[in-house]
Amino acid sequence: MATEHSRTAARLMVSPAVILLFLWMIVPLGMTIYFSFLRYNLLMPGMESWAGFDNYYYFITQPAFKSALVNTLLLVAGVLLITVFGGIALALLLDQPFRGQGIVRVMVIAPFFVMPTVSALVWKNMFMNPVNGIFAHISKSLGFQPFDFLSHAPLASIILIVAWSWLPFATLILLTALQSLDREQMEAAEMDGANWLNRFIYLTLPHLTRSITVVILIQTIFLLSVFAEILVTTNGGPGTASTNLPFLVYAQSLLNFDVGGGSAGGIIAVILANIVAVFLMRMIGKNLES
Amino acid sequence: MSRKSTPARQAVVTVAAWTVGFLIFFPILWIFILSFKTEGDAIRTPLGVLTSGWTFESYHEVQERSNYLLHFWNSVVLSVGSTILALVIAIPAAWAMAFVPGKRTKDLLMWMLSTKMMPAVGVLVPMYLLFRDFGLLDTRIGLVVVLTLINLPIVIWMLYTYFKEIPGEILEAARMDGANLRSEILYILTPMAVPGIASTLLLNIILAWNEAFWTLQLTTSNAAPLTQFIASYSSPEGLFYAKLSAASTMAIAPILILGWFSQKQLVRGLTFGAVK
Amino acid sequence: MTMTYRAILGATVALTLAGAALAETTITVATVNNGDMIRMQGLMDAFNAKHPDIKVEWVTLEENVLRQKVTTDIATKGGQFDVMTIGTYEAPIWGKQGWLVSLNDLPAEYDVDDLLPAIRGGLTVDGNLVAAPFYGESSMVMYRTDLMEKAGLTMPEAPTWDFIKEAAAAMTDKSNEVYGICLRGKAGWGENMAFLSAMSNSFGAKWFDMDWKPQFDQQPWKDTLNFYLDLMNNYGPPGASSNGFNENLALFQQGKCGMWIDATVAASFVTGKDSTVADKVGFALAPDKGLGKRGNWLWAWNLAIPAGTQKEEAAKAFVAWATSKEYLALVAEKEGWANVPPGTRTSLYENPEYAKIPFAKMTIDSINSADPTKPTVDPVPYVGVQFVAIPEFQGIGTMVGQLFSAALAGSSTADEALAQAQAAVTQEMTRAGYIK
Repeated sequence: MATEHSRTAARLMVSPAVILLFLWMIVPLGMTIYFSFLRYNLLMPGMESWAGFDNYYYFITQPAFKSALVNTLLLVAGVLLITVFGGIALALLLDQPFRGQGIVRVMVIAPFFVMPTVSALVWKNMFMNPVNGIFAHISKSLGFQPFDFLSHAPLASIILIVAWSWLPFATLILLTALQSLDREQMEAAEMDGANWLNRFIYLTLPHLTRSITVVILIQTIFLLSVFAEILVTTNGGPGTASTNLPFLVYAQSLLNFDVGGGSAGGIIAVILANIVAVFLMRMIGKNLES
Repeated sequence: MSRKSTPARQAVVTVAAWTVGFLIFFPILWIFILSFKTEGDAIRTPLGVLTSGWTFESYHEVQERSNYLLHFWNSVVLSVGSTILALVIAIPAAWAMAFVPGKRTKDLLMWMLSTKMMPAVGVLVPMYLLFRDFGLLDTRIGLVVVLTLINLPIVIWMLYTYFKEIPGEILEAARMDGANLRSEILYILTPMAVPGIASTLLLNIILAWNEAFWTLQLTTSNAAPLTQFIASYSSPEGLFYAKLSAASTMAIAPILILGWFSQKQLVRGLTFGAVK
Repeated sequence: MTMTYRAILGATVALTLAGAALAETTITVATVNNGDMIRMQGLMDAFNAKHPDIKVEWVTLEENVLRQKVTTDIATKGGQFDVMTIGTYEAPIWGKQGWLVSLNDLPAEYDVDDLLPAIRGGLTVDGNLVAAPFYGESSMVMYRTDLMEKAGLTMPEAPTWDFIKEAAAAMTDKSNEVYGICLRGKAGWGENMAFLSAMSNSFGAKWFDMDWKPQFDQQPWKDTLNFYLDLMNNYGPPGASSNGFNENLALFQQGKCGMWIDATVAASFVTGKDSTVADKVGFALAPDKGLGKRGNWLWAWNLAIPAGTQKEEAAKAFVAWATSKEYLALVAEKEGWANVPPGTRTSLYENPEYAKIPFAKMTIDSINSADPTKPTVDPVPYVGVQFVAIPEFQGIGTMVGQLFSAALAGSSTADEALAQAQAAVTQEMTRAGYIK
């Protein structure tokens, strides 16, 4: 179909994007790689010296690294679970005809528009705070000791906060997909005596597969780099209970001002992210083929 | 699932949907309520909060302390500017990938998406040095470029999936009629792609509006958007719930309103080619 | 390309400056969003009346964001700020690097000798004053006089830790949500570690010995941490491991704390209009263990001018005004004596009007009893009471803070936390080249 001419044109059209992204990748990344081999503390200028793989060795062997890896994956998996299942359930619910559909839909998508810092601040202070938070007030009025979310279940609390922001996104996409479902086919199935569960498994779910894939893919990209929520709420703690990889890199480069170590951490994070990306594409990439 | 629903069932659905919707929306509603309270009242029990007096005190204070309009305008310029720039770069790229796919198109897309996974904190110092040397610190143009690059992969990908939905035969036909590449894009493709482009545009504006790392690190005063406005109200010494709520309301209201009004457009393109 | 660009930029800057000299100079001031700084922003008319040619542009940020931004900027010579608000931790480190403009040439009426010696000492590097103190603070015990009376106890002016424990036990009434003691538990070098480091000084503990070996495996640190955990677990509020200054302030203001050991600036809040216990608060010096050191810290927020700013003169004029006696008098006149930025000048505490403030005497006594140059019972190689003035401290302080916070949350024991702290700090210090 494509002629030689259109092929050249296509290449020309892709190239600005490719070149820009390549520069965006390579210039800061190149500098980061360079810094990662230096002993370079921002607070001690003029002391830079070649460090070889020391920074990498140090970053990987520090005790926080392993828990950061686990936490990163738990965070991604936890939020994905909540948003995908919650999203499907919500989409099914909102797809039904009921009074005030428009208003409810507006309320449901609202959290997506809230800045991560704001949502983290609000959840932390106005809801999860063990003294002044709404949850604490509720449990006290029911006669229970308030549960201290951020120190006893830090990662779960962060997952909840992040999931709250992303649930609308999942719902929105899944709802859109649901609305394109063939109603006649559904009704025919109902006539044939297929019950609700069967209709859901054999008709609805397959129809949603592609959208679910999209939700997982896009969210994974953003969830791997969750940072603001952790910084605002728990600062990675208690201990390293809620430190994920980006936060560890932050602690290294902006608390210690250890640019060398932070850069090494950044590079490691990029490599891991790409591994996840490849893995993800292998697993669900075929769902995207049309 | 079916059209014919009994009144009882409809009542259950209505109640369930409203309850869930209300619970999800509640935190935002709560910020809004707290923003009309005094600091002392804002930390009382929920009942105490609701029954206490209402006041504009916090808004007055925020208004006096910060240049809200400047931050607001910066947020508008940054999010709209970076989105338009991203679209200008992404539309041709996505077009080419969708209609003249090569062997490596898929890999190229994946690579583009993977650039988004680079943790921003890791490259802060290199970026800061670059910005300093090019005199871009605290400039809108510098941030527009960064935000464009951050969101470009998503934009390209969204447009790509959308363009792929457009049947190739239409283009063939147009080509037969002697349409060249430019008019092909301009007169045939673009109109068909408008919903997709519109929703990409909206999604990107939202993402750029809420971006809170680079916008905070690379600006000081002239180019500082609403994210920095928030940072000046979070966690000072002393009570701050009411003022933080007022500032938060002012920071999220514009994008919330935009989102609500453009909900239909946003949804229409969000299908990512999921609708066949 | 960069060279040409810079040349052009330089020329533009020069031109703008030439133009600005006729009109006005704009200086950018980075500051933290605490009450005293916010108050100053409302009083700028007085400054503008005096210096109509200087325009001040404020960048007000939350403490953590501020610290990060100004550090990145000054270390990379980004030149975004003409005046920075920095703590007593940064001042000696940055001063040593030559990053800050010396303030030795401030005009005579500034009366630099009036600055409190403890505060001034911490801001002087090689004989140069590198930052001017805006407000200073130490820490002290704030307690509820009514609850104390109810418990049948009398708070001495200088309590011991054992008395604090006894009083905490007597005041705790969990069924009525009254907790004997509220202390910081939230992880961070400026959060729980500020408190714990200062407390450990009074227990005879120290961060490092003279060879920079970490000391968390020694008995005094064990005593400190165990005493702290015991206090908090038995008499502290729920969720203490995420309580910082603000959380405890809110608790105290709502009458839920019997005692609170924290920054002296808190005194004006707990006796202020948002407090439900404003008329029932007493003050005492931070506790000791009879070893000659009290568990109080010393901190000040200071204004400093980064070296390399092109607006040094204007910046100096602003710094001199904001930290002057004149400014203190201005705040007193407009907002009352209780709102004057405390803890920087001797003359303020000699003023009979200011002495009427209930917490004035205790604040100055606390500040004077802290000595950043000799913070511990045993000699140490470092400066700083609740911190160690080395660039690595923010990182290791926060790391140790995380571990101790986890111990408070109950996810590890005191011994585990101390062992982990010892190992982690040893690794950091070896890597940074302190331990040979």
